[in-house]
Amino acid sequence: MASGKKPTGFRVVGKAHRKVDATAKVTGVTRFADDLFLPRMLFAKLLRSPHPHARIVSIDTSKAAGLPGVKAVLVGKDLPIPFGILPVSQDEHALALDKVRFVGDPVAAVAATTEEAATEALDLIAVEYEVLRAFPDALDAVEHPEPAIHDYADAGNIHKLIHLEFGDVDAGLAEADVVREDLFFFEGNTHLPMEQHAAVADWSPPPDGKLTLWSATQTPHYVHRALAKVLELPAARIRVIACPNGGAFGGKSDPFSHEIVVAKLAMMTGRPVKITLTREEVFYCHRGRHPTLMWVKTGVKKDGAITGMHFKSLLDGGGYGSYGVASTYYTGALQTVTYHVPRYKFQGARAFTNNPPCGPKRGHGTPQPRFALEVHLDKIAEQLGMDPAELRLKHLVPPNSLTANWLRIGTMGLGPCIEKVVRGSGWKQKFKQLPYGKGIGLACSSYITGAGLPIYWNAMPHSGVQLKCDRGGGVTVFCGSTEIGQGSDSILATIVAEVLGLHPFDVAVVTGDTDLTPVDLGSYSSRVTLMTGNAAIQAAERARDVIALHAAKKLETPSERIAFAEGRVFDVQEPARGLTFAEAVQLAEAAEGTVGTVGSYTPAPSAAKYRGSGVGPSPAYSYSACVAEVDVDPATGIVRVPKIWIAHDVGRAINAATVMGQIEGSVYMGLGEALMEEMAYRGNRNVVHKIPSLLEYKSPTTLEMCDVVTYVVEDPDPNGPFGAKECGQGPLLPVPPAVANAVYDAVGVRIDEVPITPEKVFKALRRKEKGEAPRFGPAAFPDIAWPEPTRVPPPWEGGDGRAVALTPGASPGSPGTGIPGLAPGVSSAPGVSRR
Amino acid sequence: MADAKAKIALELNGEPVEVAFAPHKTLLEVLREDLGLTGTKHGCELGECGTCTVLVDGTPVLSCLVLGLACAGHRVKTVEGMAERGTLHPLQEAFAELAAAQCGYCTPAFLLAAEALLATDPSPTRDDIKQALSGNLCRCTGYIKIYEAVELAAARMRGEDAKPAPETLYGVR
Repeated sequence: MASGKKPTGFRVVGKAHRKVDATAKVTGVTRFADDLFLPRMLFAKLLRSPHPHARIVSIDTSKAAGLPGVKAVLVGKDLPIPFGILPVSQDEHALALDKVRFVGDPVAAVAATTEEAATEALDLIAVEYEVLRAFPDALDAVEHPEPAIHDYADAGNIHKLIHLEFGDVDAGLAEADVVREDLFFFEGNTHLPMEQHAAVADWSPPPDGKLTLWSATQTPHYVHRALAKVLELPAARIRVIACPNGGAFGGKSDPFSHEIVVAKLAMMTGRPVKITLTREEVFYCHRGRHPTLMWVKTGVKKDGAITGMHFKSLLDGGGYGSYGVASTYYTGALQTVTYHVPRYKFQGARAFTNNPPCGPKRGHGTPQPRFALEVHLDKIAEQLGMDPAELRLKHLVPPNSLTANWLRIGTMGLGPCIEKVVRGSGWKQKFKQLPYGKGIGLACSSYITGAGLPIYWNAMPHSGVQLKCDRGGGVTVFCGSTEIGQGSDSILATIVAEVLGLHPFDVAVVTGDTDLTPVDLGSYSSRVTLMTGNAAIQAAERARDVIALHAAKKLETPSERIAFAEGRVFDVQEPARGLTFAEAVQLAEAAEGTVGTVGSYTPAPSAAKYRGSGVGPSPAYSYSACVAEVDVDPATGIVRVPKIWIAHDVGRAINAATVMGQIEGSVYMGLGEALMEEMAYRGNRNVVHKIPSLLEYKSPTTLEMCDVVTYVVEDPDPNGPFGAKECGQGPLLPVPPAVANAVYDAVGVRIDEVPITPEKVFKALRRKEKGEAPRFGPAAFPDIAWPEPTRVPPPWEGGDGRAVALTPGASPGSPGTGIPGLAPGVSSAPGVSRR
Repeated sequence: MADAKAKIALELNGEPVEVAFAPHKTLLEVLREDLGLTGTKHGCELGECGTCTVLVDGTPVLSCLVLGLACAGHRVKTVEGMAERGTLHPLQEAFAELAAAQCGYCTPAFLLAAEALLATDPSPTRDDIKQALSGNLCRCTGYIKIYEAVELAAARMRGEDAKPAPETLYGVR
């Protein structure tokens, strides 16, 4: 693999490029899913549950079916096969079979000649429900195992229980000079992409028996799998085309009810069927940030060195599994990759509740613990009388090392990131020195560059690329990756152009089409640049080798002297002697036939081999440091953030302009989560979403967005294409804790909960005035009957990445099944003890 | 639903157009469904996000809140009308150059709102730009590249030979 082979001398990589789809996007030409109009197309609508938790007694669709214009009506029993993104959570039905589990759960569907007729028909469907007790939050679900929301769970209404221990944490805490415990809560929030989900299905009847689905999806491969399963069609007869996504942020990475429903309706009616969700429905689809309650206890030496850490999380999963098992593991996975943690213990629980299902949002399960950890460290630094930046800098995880939980760190650029934001922000002149009401806070983070393991465990590549070199001099790159605005199509073009000496606009890009493109697992886990990039390098180098061979013969020079640049193929020692790229392709084509190559990428095996180690390993970790400056009005509690300094270790920027956009966009989304964004429900057992609209769900407008000073740190990682690591998710993570730490610096109150709303700040200030603890945040973590731990000695205690049985009868975990998607779960003695 | 179609004449992107549609339809629906101009997007269809912004007689309006019928005899401009004879509008050029369009879904609306701003104020300050675009939501960019693109386009439209600042494209060194 050529990754990182040539550290300098790039012609295309690293520069700021216009994206290959930029012109289409600024002219309105880009076709999003709802922009598709097919002849004779029908429109579908979903009837959704008005109850958070109920049994379906009966459904009468006869009146709806008789309405003029209605062509088909569907209910749960028409699509009885369950699905779900994770193999262990196949708990969804396209339409509720016998139970609804949140307000908005789809119950029936109609296809009609107009959207109006379909909407009118929904009113004619009579559903009789037997209402069940509803669970508005995780604490309620933990305390009440009955009635069970699902017929599977680790314990009662606790979907998943995790207990991992890496070394003797109690012994670690005993060695500490200071031991500190803190509680935090991170409220749920949602992706809020500007584009509502939409899908169009078309069916070619037998003998073709072929289904085509266009959808706003980040994961066409997983939609393909779900359609094949639920519709019982051969996958070879299903084509899924991911349209460019109008924003996604994780919210379009599950297979969805509406995608399966339009497919089935197209098969029933023999006509194309479209569905576009309303904005309100997008709030019900959700799959956003899990509301997470956290408890953390850390021991440190006087110099801030961590001696042991114990972390607990409780996630509100909502009504279905979604990615939740992985999300739960993620709340405990990455605590170890920033600062050295020699002994570490994690206990995580995810509860089923009757909220819309939670899943992966930008940062997937890690912004919550990162918030907790970085505010916790700020408190520890204060307790030790250390500067928070110094504390972090002194105890960074070393590069090229293993963590306590067996994650393999490669390059590690956090030190330079901290130094840049500290210097740029004037930290040393401002921290603890600004006037009352003004404050400055610092936080850091890390994120995976792609999940090291696939959702469905198999030995095949995570990303595949095909390349076709045309005799006209153009190149087409085919890849299953999905453009969601992050610029992945441009990354493919840029990398191929770099290797073949072309301009990115000479490269045509075909992506996200299961008929045309080799599988790429999808645009999630910040995996695309690294994985498709490495696959593209391999395909392009193979094409280069074939073309160079025949160019060398023509130029009568050794093929190792052949270079590719500026659309030419030439002798590097006599650059005047050369061919155009097109002529060189023609020579290769004449000699060998059509010039086409393939490339693929599979991450190296993880060092971790314990059950549950499927979440956390990554080919490379990105690092970010952030300083936030805040103005807090003590009279109202209103927090304004005028400016944020962010430094991000991206390994190497492939396209500098899109790296900047990803970093700034991450800061924006982090700021929204820090200050205002929340999925809030009326918790009176109706569990109705309070604010399913863009007006009431507060997100930053131009008037709330802060100034951003961005530093791009480039420390090329050998596993990344030309050294690149991720930048689309990581820079979100440090923003909420940096803001919280700055609020403390400004007015001396700890807001241990996001969003940091004026109400919370005001309450904490009132408490401070009254001499109470100057804090707003959760007061307790519930007692949960955790299973026996999976005990894994850290690398420095002589382990091999596998679990060991330390106590007779304890489950040792099973080596080699580190895939949470496949593992049945650690649940030797699950259960909940009431407090 | 069984409404007879209404027919109106308007000026659309500089050309006279006649269009027939069900009279309850919004301008957004008429543009997308009856005129085939899908460059105008929608994020809520409730007037909350600004994504469906078009210009009516030069003024930004939310096309999801305007009846198609109300546009009879008026000048309507959509993103499809911004480039002229194959040349991008300076705003389109700057948005493309700075990657101010990420997913591109809110982009047509931002472009038109910015065009309306620059038509009345060729030299807006950063705060003027923020104010003028405050009714448009973008979830990808954090707005920064959008401000910078509007400033770049404004400078070029004033005849300046403006280039993006290095820190815009590469960050602070």
